[in-house]
Amino acid sequence: MKFVATIILLSLPIAAGVAFHSSIATEIPSAERRSGYTFMGPETRAMQDDDTTNPGMLGVLDGEALWNRKVGSADKSCADCHGEGKRDMKGVAARYPAFDKALGRPVNLEQRINLCRVRHQDATPLPYERHDLLALTTFVAEQSRGMPIAPDNSPEIEPFIAKGRDFFMHRQGQLNLACANCHDDNWDKRLAGSAVTQAIPNGYPIYRLEWQSLGSLQRRLRNCITGMRTLNYGFDAPELVELELYLMTRARGMPIETPAVRP
Amino acid sequence: MASALINVPKKAKSGDIIEIKTLMSHIMETGYRHTTSGKIVPRDIITSLTCRFEGEEIFRADLFPATAANPFVSFFTIATKSGKFEFEWIGDNGFSETASASITVE
Repeated sequence: MKFVATIILLSLPIAAGVAFHSSIATEIPSAERRSGYTFMGPETRAMQDDDTTNPGMLGVLDGEALWNRKVGSADKSCADCHGEGKRDMKGVAARYPAFDKALGRPVNLEQRINLCRVRHQDATPLPYERHDLLALTTFVAEQSRGMPIAPDNSPEIEPFIAKGRDFFMHRQGQLNLACANCHDDNWDKRLAGSAVTQAIPNGYPIYRLEWQSLGSLQRRLRNCITGMRTLNYGFDAPELVELELYLMTRARGMPIETPAVRP
Repeated sequence: MASALINVPKKAKSGDIIEIKTLMSHIMETGYRHTTSGKIVPRDIITSLTCRFEGEEIFRADLFPATAANPFVSFFTIATKSGKFEFEWIGDNGFSETASASITVE
């Protein structure tokens, strides 16, 4: 960790210099956007491309079983309302996070699943970042594989996108870093041997080899925020959903890869 | 809840070398990790994978704590006749899962 921190510190003056003159509009031009997939080695790409070697597909299988299982005191399964997941969930993940009128704020796919459990199945919400919620989310998101990301752009959601963007652009924490310093300004470089990449969340939940499991976008974000040494948010926090929302607008039009494999 | 993914070619010519790929969901807990309070997380791994073709064992692998979660095992064999491959994973805490796939050899 010390070694990594040293590298970050050494690279700060460079990052600061780059960010300074481009701090007004640092976003990556649409044509230059690249999926995290294109930064990976051929072996990891091959692993993602083949559904029988992609470990994320195990989560899809488990998620499908959960989709059809009756739960809660309403004794209803997801399928009882939504129908067959493989047919009726197409394109749903492509427009999340989406605005929830009752809550008055955007919710991500995990939160939508849990809201459904509470509101319609009379069941307890599934714990965040545990196998069942990840599997269900992966199953739903996989139905949109290959479809272009089309985030909700209703007027009521605009202020939340702006908040997420502000978080992304805002220097913070002990290292005085903004997400943009790496992911907009230095995405073509490497940090401690790993590709920095462009913060395009088009494959979540992902199977990350380092984690040896599926993980949500929020897990990835919390990882990065810890690395920035700034105040972190708990799973489910509205601030993280706002950031997810902004990141999805960056990825607008790019195809969904769920379940993506990442190193 | 355990899921398996098996990739066996549906068709092959007699004498072809075919690749068989298997992926099994399992946490593969090494038994060397500790909780924050210092307690050892008990070992929970798959210890063996066996493949039988028409009842005859053609491949077996022993797995150890260094194997990553959701172990992926692939191997090659020669297609001789049509039939069924049966896979069996055995592990700690009574873990036992099976899967099968058929091949048509022309």
